[in-house]
Amino acid sequence: MERVALLRYGEIHLKGLNRPYFERALYNNIVKALEPYEGITVRKAEGRYYVENIGDDPRVFDSIAKVFGIISFSPALKVEKDVAAIQKAAEVLLREAMEAQAATQKETFTFKVESRRSDKSFYLNSMELSRKVGGYLLRRIPNLKVDVHNPMMTVNVEVREWAYVYCQIIPGAGGMPVGTNGKAVLLLSGGIDSPVAGWMIAKRGVEITAVHYHSFPYTSERSKEKVIDLCRILSQYCGEIKLLVVPFTRIQQELYQKCPHNMLTILMRRFMMRIAEVVAHKEDAKALVTGESLGQVASQTIESLCATNDAVSMPVFRPLIGMDKIEIMDLARRIGTYETSILPYEDCCTVFVPKHPVTRPKLEKVREAEKLVEGDKLIEEAVANIEVLNIKG
Amino acid sequence: MRHEIYLDNAATTPVHPDVAQAVMECMLHDFGNPSSLHRMGLRAEKKLKEARERIASALGVDPEGVFFTSGGTEANNLAIIGTALARKREGRHCITTQVEHPSVLNTFKYLEKEGWEVTYLPVNRDGVVSPDDVRRAIRPDTVLVSIMHVNNEIGSIQPIQEIGRLLKAQGNSPVFHVDAVQSFGKLDIKPVQWGIDLLSISGHKIHAPKGIGALYIRKGVKIHPLQWGGGQEKGVRSGTENMPGIVGFGEAVRWLEEEVDRGYLYRLKGILVAELTERVPWAVINGPPPEEGAPHILSVSFPGIRGEVMLHALEERGVYVGTGSACSSRRGHMSHVLEAIDTKKDVAQGAIRLSLSYLNTEDEMRQAARIIEQCVKELEGFVRR
Repeated sequence: MERVALLRYGEIHLKGLNRPYFERALYNNIVKALEPYEGITVRKAEGRYYVENIGDDPRVFDSIAKVFGIISFSPALKVEKDVAAIQKAAEVLLREAMEAQAATQKETFTFKVESRRSDKSFYLNSMELSRKVGGYLLRRIPNLKVDVHNPMMTVNVEVREWAYVYCQIIPGAGGMPVGTNGKAVLLLSGGIDSPVAGWMIAKRGVEITAVHYHSFPYTSERSKEKVIDLCRILSQYCGEIKLLVVPFTRIQQELYQKCPHNMLTILMRRFMMRIAEVVAHKEDAKALVTGESLGQVASQTIESLCATNDAVSMPVFRPLIGMDKIEIMDLARRIGTYETSILPYEDCCTVFVPKHPVTRPKLEKVREAEKLVEGDKLIEEAVANIEVLNIKG
Repeated sequence: MRHEIYLDNAATTPVHPDVAQAVMECMLHDFGNPSSLHRMGLRAEKKLKEARERIASALGVDPEGVFFTSGGTEANNLAIIGTALARKREGRHCITTQVEHPSVLNTFKYLEKEGWEVTYLPVNRDGVVSPDDVRRAIRPDTVLVSIMHVNNEIGSIQPIQEIGRLLKAQGNSPVFHVDAVQSFGKLDIKPVQWGIDLLSISGHKIHAPKGIGALYIRKGVKIHPLQWGGGQEKGVRSGTENMPGIVGFGEAVRWLEEEVDRGYLYRLKGILVAELTERVPWAVINGPPPEEGAPHILSVSFPGIRGEVMLHALEERGVYVGTGSACSSRRGHMSHVLEAIDTKKDVAQGAIRLSLSYLNTEDEMRQAARIIEQCVKELEGFVRR
């Protein structure tokens, strides 16, 4: 009897002739995600993956739950294709499940057994196998009752090259294997929104390169550490992330001295976009990703977004555009970035935030204001001084 | 390598090389448990006694009255909660000031939740509490008065001697606790002569390692313990003694007593203030006039330049300082001390704290003033208009 995990993948079934490519990418991503656990092996079988030699570290399942492309998974017992062995495994799992649900011995616990066999040479058919396993469990565990319509627990038996028994089907991260859908540059601020935006795009199979704008001494060394921590959390889902830290102080100071103050934020964001685009070309990335959500703040009105968007020609993905702040916060909590995002280091600088920002900037005026600084030169200088960090979870 | 100037000694100090040496000896060789019956235990016990005597002699108190803790915070907690619990039948009123360290203020906040009453006395523009206010606040059920010696943010010195005297004249004589974490080793403290019952001190503010402190308890003052175990420190503070810390603490005190000229810090501060006010005449000094405050703490503001930005600009040039107020980009998060001395908002947000130690040099004061001037010149163009 051996502890294994059975991983199912979904959407990549749809990919026709590309299928082997997606399956290989997913396999590699699973292997990478499980690298920290010694001795674990991953095996590809028809329509699923098996993770074997799991041992007793429950964090393995947390890691599996973070691999994009896996639709669901089950902790399972792998046994010989032998009815007695299957029965014993079913008993072990059902007892564990009952314990986990704190079912008392007195209450009646309902269950059913569902069997499938891809090995049609097995000497019992599915119905007969279910009946044999169910009967055994009823004899061994008191207060059990079969309920085929609405059971508290379903014991699944699959007879393939081995027999697998499992009770739980845990939802996976879904989406597509990271790396199968090209690369994008994420503008990562350290707030709540941008890590979530990165997560959502990575979920669609996109490899993420992050850029962060650093305004020392207006923001601290700690705010940079915080962004590194966020990348570390994201990399549990997306694999290693390349983080580019762009020195941004000079640009902010120039804008502050030469441009109308009510447009500072919008101009600053245009520069961020322009630099991100330069970086994207260098990195062979095909799109930019931001955490903007329509109407959230002055710089995210429809007019402001137009003015920001106007600075670049590359597609800009804004996966949070239609989400409420509450929804974004919920998602941030779920993926684990929220607690880090709310650390108070970001936005420690209010110097460059205008007291009365324009909410409906006129594109022409913004373009004119931008000409008051030597944009190309400033960008070139910033890009030349980028600090590159490779971050892994 | 560029010379770095460390001016955040009120936060913590570098461990003195002699102290580090003593700590290492203790960890590698004299590592016994003072409670062990064998020779190794005895050797440790001797070291423990030696350190306790050194600290007691620096305070001019009986060694029996020195109880080691994990630091200033624990000493303050033990003093306040320990007294409150020991005297809860006699009364449930305490007096403190608005400018205490969080380890005192938050401990009193806890006591309030548990049903005690606490009076938080105001201070004047220099950050000093009035003894008359203390006298007026005393009630028949007042069991504890806790007042810090030197304020950690602005360096104001409280009239401890006077307060101690007036408390002793009271019929119910409340217990007098003094948080001397910032003053120990820098100013004279005479617990016996000044009528102090409890006094907190900390190692890492005087070049000993972090994680060691002590509470002086005058003989006869009852303290209820906050943790139970093997009965070390006469049952007041159970737990195997932190021997490396204690030995380091003792060595640091020896060094301060034997090798350090107490006037040195005031000389350094004098140079720093003179250079700074000459180079940046519009700098605002928060709290008491420099010569009336503690010798090692100077709070100064450059209104319009946020303290935090100044701090980071200075660190880029190898000068390490503290801020007067913690991150206060969100309104209303002004430092409670600067608020208590009625500091204007832009001045409070522009506050940095320069704090000195005996290991700083006169030349460092001049250099630091010059570098501060450079940073101010660079940043004043971006003052928010």
